[in-house]
Amino acid sequence: MNRRTKFLAGGAVIVAVLAYMIYAGVTQSAVYFVTPGELRAAAVPGKAYRLGGMVVPGSLKWEARALDLSFTLSDGTATVPVRHKGTPPDLFAEGRGAVVEGSWTADGYFKASLIMAKHSEEYKAPHDGTQAGYQELIKTLRGDGR
Amino acid sequence: MTVDLGYGMTLVALVLAIYGGAAAAVGARAGRPALVESAQHAALGVFVLITACFALLTYAFLTFDFSVRYVATNTNLGTPFYYRITGVWGALEGSIILWSWMLGLYTLILILRHRDSARELYPWALATMLGILAFFLLVMTIAAPPFQRQVPVAADGRGLNPLLEDTGMITHPVALYLGFTGFTVPFAFAMAALITGRVGDTWLVLTRRWTIVAWYFLSLGLLIGGWWSYHVLGWGGYWAWDPVENAAFMPWLTATAFLHSVMIQERRRMLKLWNIVLVILTFGLTLFGTFLTRSGVIASVHAFTQGSIGALFLGFLALVMLTALGLVAWRWEALRSQGELDSVVSRESAFLLNNVLLIAAAFTVFFGTVFPLLSEAVRGVKVSVGAPFFNQVNVPLFLSLIFLMGVGPLIAWRRASLENLKKNFLWPVVLGVAAAAAAFVLGVRSALAALTLATTVFVGATIGVDFVRATRARLRVGEALVPAVGGLLRRHNRRYGGFVVHLGILLIALGVTGSHAWSVQTEATLRRGETAELAGYRFRFDDLTAVEESNHFKVVGAFTVSNGRVLDVLRPAKKFYPQEQSPIAYVDYRLGLKEDVYLVLGDFARDGTQATIKLQVNRLVSWIWIGGVVLTLGALLAILPERRTPA
Repeated sequence: MNRRTKFLAGGAVIVAVLAYMIYAGVTQSAVYFVTPGELRAAAVPGKAYRLGGMVVPGSLKWEARALDLSFTLSDGTATVPVRHKGTPPDLFAEGRGAVVEGSWTADGYFKASLIMAKHSEEYKAPHDGTQAGYQELIKTLRGDGR
Repeated sequence: MTVDLGYGMTLVALVLAIYGGAAAAVGARAGRPALVESAQHAALGVFVLITACFALLTYAFLTFDFSVRYVATNTNLGTPFYYRITGVWGALEGSIILWSWMLGLYTLILILRHRDSARELYPWALATMLGILAFFLLVMTIAAPPFQRQVPVAADGRGLNPLLEDTGMITHPVALYLGFTGFTVPFAFAMAALITGRVGDTWLVLTRRWTIVAWYFLSLGLLIGGWWSYHVLGWGGYWAWDPVENAAFMPWLTATAFLHSVMIQERRRMLKLWNIVLVILTFGLTLFGTFLTRSGVIASVHAFTQGSIGALFLGFLALVMLTALGLVAWRWEALRSQGELDSVVSRESAFLLNNVLLIAAAFTVFFGTVFPLLSEAVRGVKVSVGAPFFNQVNVPLFLSLIFLMGVGPLIAWRRASLENLKKNFLWPVVLGVAAAAAAFVLGVRSALAALTLATTVFVGATIGVDFVRATRARLRVGEALVPAVGGLLRRHNRRYGGFVVHLGILLIALGVTGSHAWSVQTEATLRRGETAELAGYRFRFDDLTAVEESNHFKVVGAFTVSNGRVLDVLRPAKKFYPQEQSPIAYVDYRLGLKEDVYLVLGDFARDGTQATIKLQVNRLVSWIWIGGVVLTLGALLAILPERRTPA
């Protein structure tokens, strides 16, 4: 094998390994964004989702001693009960949008491992979920623009 | 008044920059030095005008001139003096001014340094700089004008984003932008080289130090950003693979690749094409990063059409890349390599592999960052790959890179003999293996941590071997130890600057490994007087007090931390800003070489009898900051002018 073939072979191996690593990485860590309605329609227990909706006013319960947080997310068409172990993040409140990451359980609730509190350098106008309507809210959460 | 004056100056600066760019280009093409000289005057004028704009905006901030919309949205009467100054670049419009100002400054330095030294390349480089500067001034006039009237004039402003009220925010954007804009200079010289057809080594030698300067600032910016994230955001981490972070990391990776491949071209006349492409890519990525973070595209592919800034940046990026790559195609023949690789086991291939891995890392970061956009555009579903993706793909890449850091500098050029390998690498390999074994005996069971440790020790040992050998050689000719070491660093400052940077990277790698493998955290709700325990530390909740500050109100908890004896009282807080709907956490911590104790106040009872806290013991994180200091010192050493004559 001459030098050129050696280098080409080496390059091909590197590219193949890299492509595999990216493929494996994507398939293992891809998380789908769903709304409560979409989740209700076809929930796969144990699969990771990113669920976005409005925290239904009056649904928020926080047991400080036990660190149990529970609330309901809604997109206007369906609601999903969510449970989380831990303190609610700063930007989290009833009547506002929230995105949670976790999985659907066979017991009929969404087990959130992470509640997202995004930071932004730009000053964002406060988002009033009740006035803007669900459509608008989900659009912002999904970042969809459609 | 302020608005008219500021906007007017921006417009004049724009016209001057366009004129200067055109004059320099025509002057270069027609060989008329008078035109180039006129372009120099224009550049000076542009710089003075941008400086005046910057000063005017700062003055508006200091005097609470709420007739300027940008001032009204980013400050209020309670904002402390310090943060009224940093508020100037606290949001998009102001950062564009800062960016243009730095670009203007770099253009002036370029004029002063290269006016007489690079006659053929210089006018074209100047034209490129002014052209790019004109683009940013265009952004300042049409897409994100900082000087815009606020009607009616507000009685009080809205205030700065509270997260930016931190000393890190003074330095972080400045360093980051000095890095970003710094890469414009190498790009300008690369363009000049392509246009004139002088694609040899001149442009490379001219831009080598410029690139290290930009790289130094970008590294500094990334490190300060990590520190800000760690001590302000309150999640206990320093890097989240956030698009904003990735945007700055990608050009850092390609610039690092360039700093290494430059040596191959200098030594072996190879990789000419590759080097030009790396410079173009790095500059393109700085534009792409700005596009990504400023256009709103990251939230959605459809969002960027809402503001003109996204379209403007994307258009300019396309123009720059097409022009640059078109020029590369035009000069294809001249860019072909003269040298040939001799052997797979050689310094050239180690460097080549280093470049391939750095580009691969840059590509994976790029891919992961735009993946949600791609999936949305192609399949209509928003799918994100988070930190797990980036970690999973990048950890093996970075481990290999660190390993190469040990091999590259010592392996022989052209073809390494078995003798050469044994002489340089026997001891480092032994020490690396010994370190892994020692770690295992001491109870480290994470294979990844052990592997990182072994690699780190191996690389550290190669640097030690080289340094000891070189010092010995000097001692043998009769020099004393201190002058010998000093002379070595000074005479071969690029080589040893590089080694010091490598040492910094090793320390950072240790910190990252330690914090990932061994950090622990928990949450607890405590009544007054109760304690929580974590990793041998006890945290006692003492009390909760309310404090009024100039522009906010805060609730501060006091927690006594002890591990057998009392160590400290930590006071994490929650800050309530009137303009914000939600409170902002204020972290308190106790830093240490072995571990940091990190405390966040999560929630509290209004009567102050109960508090929920998040406790973390973060292992070895301090080494990231120490490594950062070492790395920047190394970069500074490498920037010093090389001294060829004996001291």
